[in-house]
Amino acid sequence: MIEVRDIRKSFDGVEILKGISTKFEAGKTNLVIGASGSGKSVLMKCMVGLIEPTEGHIVYDNRDFTNLSYKEMRDVRREIGMLFQGTALFDSLTVEQNVEFAIKMFTKMTPAERHDRVNFCLEQVNLPGVNDKFPAEISGGMKKRVGIARAIALDIKYLFCDEPNSGLDPVTSRVIDELLKQITEEFNITTIINTHDMKTVFDIGDDVIFIFEGSNEWQGKVRDINTCGNEKLTKFIQASYFK
Amino acid sequence: MKFFYEFGKYLMFLKSMFSRPEKMSVFIDRTLIEMNNIGVGSLTIVAIIAFFQGAVTTLQIAYQLISPLVSNPTIGSIVSDSSMLELAPTITCLVLAGKVGSHIASEIGTMRVSEQIDALEVMGINSSSYLALPKITAGIIMIPMLVIISIFLSNLGGIIAGEATGILTSQEYLQGARESFLPYNLFFSIVKAFTYAFIITSISSFQGYFTSGGALEVGSSSTKAVVYSAVAILFADYILAQLML
Repeated sequence: MIEVRDIRKSFDGVEILKGISTKFEAGKTNLVIGASGSGKSVLMKCMVGLIEPTEGHIVYDNRDFTNLSYKEMRDVRREIGMLFQGTALFDSLTVEQNVEFAIKMFTKMTPAERHDRVNFCLEQVNLPGVNDKFPAEISGGMKKRVGIARAIALDIKYLFCDEPNSGLDPVTSRVIDELLKQITEEFNITTIINTHDMKTVFDIGDDVIFIFEGSNEWQGKVRDINTCGNEKLTKFIQASYFK
Repeated sequence: MKFFYEFGKYLMFLKSMFSRPEKMSVFIDRTLIEMNNIGVGSLTIVAIIAFFQGAVTTLQIAYQLISPLVSNPTIGSIVSDSSMLELAPTITCLVLAGKVGSHIASEIGTMRVSEQIDALEVMGINSSSYLALPKITAGIIMIPMLVIISIFLSNLGGIIAGEATGILTSQEYLQGARESFLPYNLFFSIVKAFTYAFIITSISSFQGYFTSGGALEVGSSSTKAVVYSAVAILFADYILAQLML
């Protein structure tokens, strides 16, 4: 479980996150929704340690991430997988080398064992046989799947996805959604997905947090969204349907 | 004030970079790749520049020293000493600041703006050490070698130009070069090469690492890497000459 306690973040005196507190349960697909610029990505970057919050705490299973030493923080990070909005695949490496990267760095597996693990991860994301291709040679949807395979290459406990469907067609978006749901349940990991795609929310979401202008405006179960009575959330959902 | 802020940031970057590599075998692999990129990849341009630098210097020295009182071997002596002390290390490294420096800054800068560095950090990898340390190590190994090759080719250029124009024979050139040769000059040249190698690779890595924005900023970082490296090389050139000569 990941607990976020009163996270605040300012850039040049402008407060982007205004004291967000929430909990993300293990084995569930937790969705963070909100308009562009609402602070979703900043919150995610604070959670994985790419941005230092101005105030507040991030707690990973009773480990206060914000108060850990660099080495301890690095150990927690090895339990984290992240799918970036632009995939962030290493473009000088092949698909196999991308997925193998963390395994090679942090385990003592033999090349044969690493190859088996890479193939296992690529099979998990329905992408066998592309091991020798470079990221520039595969489609956007395939890149996202390679990104997921790379994220789960080590035995992770937490998976972060920053707008996994951005730039994808509706069919591929659903494939990625299903993959994320399946991986979350199969490996019992805590998955947090930033999105403003309401189809994703209703298809695979368990818990939802709605961020509006840097504040935690509403949070609850997906099934309660339509009856929540929160005016800003209702407007956001309606805008999503008619965009 | 901004200079001190940037210089402090550069020192912090160096501090974060000089840590034990995550995995030695990966570090060695990456260093070998960078040695190939920096060393072998720059050999042709360094060879061409060194050869013509020696040839032109010979012709110009001969032009300036037309006097019955100056013997021909003196030309060889001046060209070989200038090549060793200044032309080979400094000019070669200024050229490398352009070629290698811009390559390093744009490579790391592109990784920054495409979130590849963030991906490394999220994996728990010290990104500055992973990206910059192999480049700096490779530069420190390969650039002095390029400078030594440059000294050799510069003298070869001088000999061929002297023979081709009839200004001096190869024997006269070599006689002058041998008479004025001091091992300390070669040592000084190699010290310069090590210093410049560190300057080029570390400044370029720093500029690339702290790129923010998009393609335009990657280009800007690349330009800054070349300009700052060149200025730092000239500054270090003066300091080293003052301290060691």
